[in-house]
Amino acid sequence: MKHLLGTQDMSRADATLILDTTAQMAATQEREIRKLPTLRGRTVVNLFFEDSTRTRISFEAAAKRLSADVINFSAKGSSLSKGESLKDTALTLQAMGADAVVIRHWASGAADRLAHSGWMHGAVLNAGDGTHQHPTQALLDAFTMRRHLVDSPEGKGLDGLTVAIVGDVLHSRVAGSNIALLKTLGANVVVVAPPTLLPFGMASRTDISVHYTLDSALEAHDLDAIMMLRVQRERMTGGGSGFFPSPEEYTRLFGLDRARMDRMPDHAIILHPGPMNRGLEISAEAADSPRSVIVEQVSNGVAVRMAALYLLLSGEEAPSE
Amino acid sequence: MTGTILGAPDIGRALTRIAHEILERNEGPESLVLLGIPTRGVPLAQRLAERIAEVEPSFDAHARCGSLDITMYRDDLRSQPTRSIGPTTLPSVGIDDATVVLVDDVLHTGRTIRAALDAIKDEGRPTAVQLAVLVDRGHRELPIRADFVGKNIPTSRSERVHVRLAETDGEDAVTLTGGRA
Repeated sequence: MKHLLGTQDMSRADATLILDTTAQMAATQEREIRKLPTLRGRTVVNLFFEDSTRTRISFEAAAKRLSADVINFSAKGSSLSKGESLKDTALTLQAMGADAVVIRHWASGAADRLAHSGWMHGAVLNAGDGTHQHPTQALLDAFTMRRHLVDSPEGKGLDGLTVAIVGDVLHSRVAGSNIALLKTLGANVVVVAPPTLLPFGMASRTDISVHYTLDSALEAHDLDAIMMLRVQRERMTGGGSGFFPSPEEYTRLFGLDRARMDRMPDHAIILHPGPMNRGLEISAEAADSPRSVIVEQVSNGVAVRMAALYLLLSGEEAPSE
Repeated sequence: MTGTILGAPDIGRALTRIAHEILERNEGPESLVLLGIPTRGVPLAQRLAERIAEVEPSFDAHARCGSLDITMYRDDLRSQPTRSIGPTTLPSVGIDDATVVLVDDVLHTGRTIRAALDAIKDEGRPTAVQLAVLVDRGHRELPIRADFVGKNIPTSRSERVHVRLAETDGEDAVTLTGGRA
């Protein structure tokens, strides 16, 4: 692996390698001394063109736990807000000796462009590009599900599990990455969304079950995990772009509350990529229930990102076979 | 010199002797903890612990045995192909104030042991760290030596020592291959 750009082209072998490495990284995070010397002297740049606190500090923590130097480069108050092109930014980072660049960008495909442009040599990790991909989020979700739902998980995928993804699949890069990775790992994917928030063509896909209300999905499937997506208010506003009539109706048709939670099998877990809109897509009762693994997702996120950085940055100068 | 250097009986005898030497050196098993370095150090550590338990029934072989992965402490991570990370499981008694016996199959350059010493430092603070290896093949690059050695095998740098164990490879044998033709 040279870059981590998305999950669509990720092989099952690579995905399980990342998940297995994540398990070892997570184990080191339970020790008294959590810092490892693995990436000492390497530089990781967090290049964030879009606001993100969680993902950025998660990558920052991951890099620091592996002893890498971290440089945070965010759009606000930097040359990026003065109109510098992605190319010039990349050349600058190359000149500074960045070994890896973690990029969050509002444009779909920005990470891919950076990785394959030849502007810089370092590894590129996609931390979310537009409405396209967010691979580390999908990997941390898969890791969390595997840990809870698969016995002796090492080396295994998510074969036979049924996972529902509920909400704004159209704009969600989390959903985009998750659907591809879940299919690769052998899970059955159930998508629940209003028709207006489904990507073009998804309803006719035969490898995914699509439902237009959460109740019909709960009726039709025994879910092992349910993933509630955030209603992205910033993408819902603006004249004439109403994707659903009202927040109240959304909650009524797609919100996860106590009654719906009780209809899932006892072992089923609840995931949410955060930040949550309590009372909109998920009730406080569901978010704080023992089934909820939402807080654990955050700590697993650090371990997944440690695994990704380790796998991309070790063996860099190895003679190719 | 090519071919099988140690057979199953030789390996068994060497481990029994090392187990006794460990007990003699440490005047009993009270504070002993064995940590195997994956992959083949782990079953070797378990076998040593079982032999110690045969001599000293008070020694709980299972609770005093663990594995210590050193991948993330290596000094050649950049220049070698990416290695997968093995499990680290510390004994339930912990390693603080214990006498840790590191167990590995082959002692060569000493760099693995250097990494292991760093890894131990991050896991706790043992009273002492000792080193037991099945084979010492020489060619040290660091000032490190083993406390307990199964067999010293003089080798040339171009030769390769392969340790095969029943737990991982289906049979017990130490073989030597390569060398200048």
